[in-house]
Amino acid sequence: MGELRSGKGVDVEVTPGAIHMEPIVVDGFATTRLKDLLAWAQKYSLFMCPFVTACCGMEFMGVTSPRYDLARFGAEVPRFSPRQSDLLWVVGTITQRQAPILKRIYEQMAEPKWVVAFGTCASCGGFYDNYATVAGIDKIVPCDVYIPGCPPRPEGVLDGLMLLMDKIARRDTRPAIVKPRVDPVDLPTHGLVQLSKKRDSVA
Amino acid sequence: MAQRLVDLLKNQFALAVLETHAQHGDETVVLDPGSWHEVCRFLRDAPPAQMNMLTDLTAVDYPERDPRFEVVAHLYSLQHGHRLRLKTRVGDRSGEGANVDSLTDLWGSANWMERECFDMFGIRFVGHPDLRRILMYPEFVGHPLRRDYPAERIQPLVPYREGVNNEKLPPFRSFEGMPFGRQTHQESGPLGSGSDPELFPESLLPNGSNASS
Repeated sequence: MGELRSGKGVDVEVTPGAIHMEPIVVDGFATTRLKDLLAWAQKYSLFMCPFVTACCGMEFMGVTSPRYDLARFGAEVPRFSPRQSDLLWVVGTITQRQAPILKRIYEQMAEPKWVVAFGTCASCGGFYDNYATVAGIDKIVPCDVYIPGCPPRPEGVLDGLMLLMDKIARRDTRPAIVKPRVDPVDLPTHGLVQLSKKRDSVA
Repeated sequence: MAQRLVDLLKNQFALAVLETHAQHGDETVVLDPGSWHEVCRFLRDAPPAQMNMLTDLTAVDYPERDPRFEVVAHLYSLQHGHRLRLKTRVGDRSGEGANVDSLTDLWGSANWMERECFDMFGIRFVGHPDLRRILMYPEFVGHPLRRDYPAERIQPLVPYREGVNNEKLPPFRSFEGMPFGRQTHQESGPLGSGSDPELFPESLLPNGSNASS
């Protein structure tokens, strides 16, 4: 790991109180390697804080159980304190009454931190289009990965986690959404979708 | 079976019983709001009734009627196994004067159900020991299950983040989202383009400064 040593002449700039790792070394290829190394380390040691409010929690338990085994991805340790975790799973419907709590939990987490919206309700409110529900947690906190589904299949959750890990490795902070592995229209056995395909072909 | 109860009430409270009907075997008695508590006490204590369980208490809003709200109580007798539905009509067209006696001194379960009814419909239960909102937060204005509460009106406790697509729309278009791996729904945009900068400008994103690496 000789490349990581920053040699003479490299301008080291430390911002007081800065949380990001990036400004420590600003120039040269050694900088990018260090960031890559950090990102590689971060993506395999996600300490998660489950914020479970609704029925998606059952699926969350399923996906953390040995059958699907989140431990394979280094994300198996739930920390029920936001101060010790860096991945916030928002699992379930967030009501207007719950929103201040969610925001406070998010603000208590230390940088770097990521947020995953687990399920349709957390992503966009789902069918709860009413006075009580926040239509998507991105109205309250910035969200990194959206996992649609009511509830999502464990495979979808694993896809979302891998997507987040990929984003961390590339240091991409743009939000992302989990896509289905197979377009349902392509499934010949899916009766309802077959009907809609026929209707489309007529029109 | 509860027809016997309806006849009993008609004999005992001839002035209080406004109308009765039975639908699919469920007997309903519509009462004058002034005698709501008195009739309920009678139904709980009289030996032929013994309605010792208040199964449900709620309300219905009929904005076109003049006593606008219908408070509905469902009673059940564990001894006799019979049920009875009681209704009373309160409140004028503007929703004012919706007062009815509380049943908390007769059945303990009335406490939270009356609080919910007050929260959702704004019906005041006179004599309730603790008539506060139970589901909505104290800052909430209005009563959401009234028909004149606007369907799209929300009252956030936390200000929404500015610039986010705050309408209730799917947050992504079909070509967005998965910047790696399989791209089953990709329609346009280069591989790894991620999401749309129009919907998610970089200044709004968390750690927006290093998004372009």
